[in-house]
Amino acid sequence: MRKNEITDAGTGKEKSSGMKRRSFVKILGGGIFVFFQPWDLSGIKDAALPQARSLTKDYNAFLHIAPDGTVSCITGKVELGQGIITSLAQVMADDLNVPMEKVKMVMGDTDLCPYDAGTWGSLTIRQFGPAMRAATAEAKGVLLDLASAQLGVPASRLEVKDGIVYDQQSPGKKVSYGQLAKGRKLEKYLDVKPSPEDYKLFSVIGKPLKRTDSRLKVTGEAKYTGDLTLPGMVYARILRPPSHFAKLRSVDFSGAEAVEGTQVLRDGDFIAVINVNKEKADEAVVKINAEYDFSEPNVNDETCYDRMTGADSGVNVMSSGGDLEAGRKLSDKLFESEFRDPYVAHAPIETHTALARMEGDKLTVWASTQTPFGLQDALASELKMPLEKVRVIAPFVGGGFGGKIAFQQGVEAARLTILAKKPVMLVWTREEEFFYDTFHPAGVYRIKSGIDNSGMIKYWDYKVFYGGTRGSEVIYDVPNFRRSSYSQKKGAAPIHPVLTGAWRAPNANSNAFARESQIDIMAAAAGIDPLEFRLKNLKDEKMIGCLKALAEKAGYVPAKGPSGRGFGISCGTDAGTWVAMLAEVNVDKNTGQIKVVKVTCSQDMGMCVNPHGTVMQIEGCVMMGLGYTLTEETLFEGGNVKTRGFDAYEIPRFSWMPKIETVIIDKMDQPPQGGGEPAIILVGASVANAVFDATGARLYRMPMTPARVLEALKMV
Amino acid sequence: MVLITPDMEQKISFKLNGKTTVITTDPNQTLLWVLRNQLGLTGTKYGCGTGFCGSCTVLVNKEATRSCMLPVTDVEGKEVITIEGLGKGSRLHPLQQAFIDNDALQCGFCTPGMIMTAAAMLLKNPSVSREDIVKGLDENLCRCGAHPRIIDAVETAAKQMKGGK
Repeated sequence: MRKNEITDAGTGKEKSSGMKRRSFVKILGGGIFVFFQPWDLSGIKDAALPQARSLTKDYNAFLHIAPDGTVSCITGKVELGQGIITSLAQVMADDLNVPMEKVKMVMGDTDLCPYDAGTWGSLTIRQFGPAMRAATAEAKGVLLDLASAQLGVPASRLEVKDGIVYDQQSPGKKVSYGQLAKGRKLEKYLDVKPSPEDYKLFSVIGKPLKRTDSRLKVTGEAKYTGDLTLPGMVYARILRPPSHFAKLRSVDFSGAEAVEGTQVLRDGDFIAVINVNKEKADEAVVKINAEYDFSEPNVNDETCYDRMTGADSGVNVMSSGGDLEAGRKLSDKLFESEFRDPYVAHAPIETHTALARMEGDKLTVWASTQTPFGLQDALASELKMPLEKVRVIAPFVGGGFGGKIAFQQGVEAARLTILAKKPVMLVWTREEEFFYDTFHPAGVYRIKSGIDNSGMIKYWDYKVFYGGTRGSEVIYDVPNFRRSSYSQKKGAAPIHPVLTGAWRAPNANSNAFARESQIDIMAAAAGIDPLEFRLKNLKDEKMIGCLKALAEKAGYVPAKGPSGRGFGISCGTDAGTWVAMLAEVNVDKNTGQIKVVKVTCSQDMGMCVNPHGTVMQIEGCVMMGLGYTLTEETLFEGGNVKTRGFDAYEIPRFSWMPKIETVIIDKMDQPPQGGGEPAIILVGASVANAVFDATGARLYRMPMTPARVLEALKMV
Repeated sequence: MVLITPDMEQKISFKLNGKTTVITTDPNQTLLWVLRNQLGLTGTKYGCGTGFCGSCTVLVNKEATRSCMLPVTDVEGKEVITIEGLGKGSRLHPLQQAFIDNDALQCGFCTPGMIMTAAAMLLKNPSVSREDIVKGLDENLCRCGAHPRIIDAVETAAKQMKGGK
């Protein structure tokens, strides 16, 4: 760890990294600042200007000790439910010896927080913890130095309790953190590269942390964007087209204007009603009479797959080895399968929401977003406003899952507040949420493979069509392989009729489903138990370790499939973590209904910083994963999304809950890896393999609805 | 010219979180938006507006009720309890405490609806089984996957409440 000198902010000496003073320092006033970089900065370094604009290019979080003794952690990250609001505060309180109530988390505010690209990926306490502890230790060192000078006592004799520094030899000699910070403006910059030693230190204090936001959330006090209110605020509803490809031809507002208290706002095709009364706005918007011209692509949720494989696509070979033709010849049995995976929605319970206000020439937007700085950039560019005149604040966010990386609602609310000249609250309806979501992209996954008579895989030709390549690695020891990705050619018409974006472990779910199903198909054809077949074809020690731990935990007894027991195994890697999963299912052969009875999951995630948190994440992955596996599918015709409610788009329920068992492999000597996503990638694959094991029916398409199960049963 | 007829406002009186409450309001609203906008009780959430998700659940005469579907006029003379009124002053209801102790939430958006649905369940049947809890909460949606913890929390609270009697 390289420690930097204390620099007096008053001199305005800039860091060589191109840092510039910014408004947050002004807003926070004096005190002690310790800048550090807990997050992966790669996203920022790649970003084009003006995204990579801010002073915080190199330091995207800092600690601040204010003259009133309040200790703040200031970061552009957002609390989405993942719990960083808790872990960070607790670590700070512990290390600085201050009571929890003196610790404040300041998050997701573009005026107060240094630039951050967004809250996504599995960046948890594992990355923040050590960096945060180093920053805290630095801050404490500064405070002790200051106290030593002020009290005339060597720093070694000083102790801190509840934010008061005192002389151990004469406790009457004391000074508070607040008093030390008063009248000062000190800045320190830390370059921290956490080493395994740091992780170990962290794990010592990594005791089970109870969420600090729980009390706010169980009492209804927690404020999400939609819970805010401003004087003169009105609710808006926007006129929405019936399809993503509909163009407004004519519009008649008279019906809407007849609704008491309603004002119609218009900027070209952007039309909205506002009303103080939320439900009057709801009433008014449906009374707008609008006519549209349609130019719908001839595609729906059934035909989209052939459209992908039939398109004139660009081809990218991601990796290859050996000689495919030789591999084919070496194979005694050849297999060819096509797997399909639909558009999947994020469906957070809180819909996209934003509140916007103009005060003079300053715009403030509160938004349920994973990317406050991205929204700030978009607002500045769309509204042609200088960046410093745009402030975005992300309060508590009611679930994101990647869907709130998109921030259309924030731009809409801002445009409306400018038109309305009053604060505007925009709460997307559930229908809007399902229509404008950035869906997990549908895709087709084609695999040709082959094994020899001893059950060794000799040949693996893997093609992804339009679905995303995360998690498409072969993982098995195959001498002759190729992985290719088919995507849109430059200038070609978009293949996806809806917006697409990141999801929880985007497309690693689809790739694991395809690969692990194919492995199972080959194991059955070879007459080898699916676990044994995997172990035979793996050289990756971590993967082998995971599978063995899984088998031991579940008491797995080998049998070739279909064994009739309903056991399905799969394995894979995601976010640096190795994971294996066994699902046990019952299949009702009359109705086609699948019931997942039990899921066992093993993970090799390096050091497990917080076992309690890890288990919770695995449970969340399994529960959420059952949705894409069993029911979740966006139905559409052209640009018209048909599944616009929880009745038509069913997400997991309590009654689906299987028994969940986990085993975390002890790797305390290795750096920790991701825990928020890995387990979700295997739910589809494990359930598909379990259905085969139960019935002999092979499912090639998600979700595995009763109708599709019945169809597959007919082929047995 | 468009003729605007002001809607008649209506006086509605009911008991809200233990207090007699009289409001004058547009009677064409649902209880959800009157609670949120007129009464400032934003713990009751909008999730779907069609009764499918359960995040707007409140107690009306001790029954779990989806406030997004309930015309505000329907609460005339009745007793409404929202998440803000479930505890006694600063003392949390055992369910609220159990949700904290079991880490039974992540983003927290569905939490008030979960707790209110569970509260009605426990009022009706203090000796609920785990299966009863699963069944009783099945129409409430959670997207973070906190389901196992939520069941644990309700079970914990049920035991405590029975023990306290």
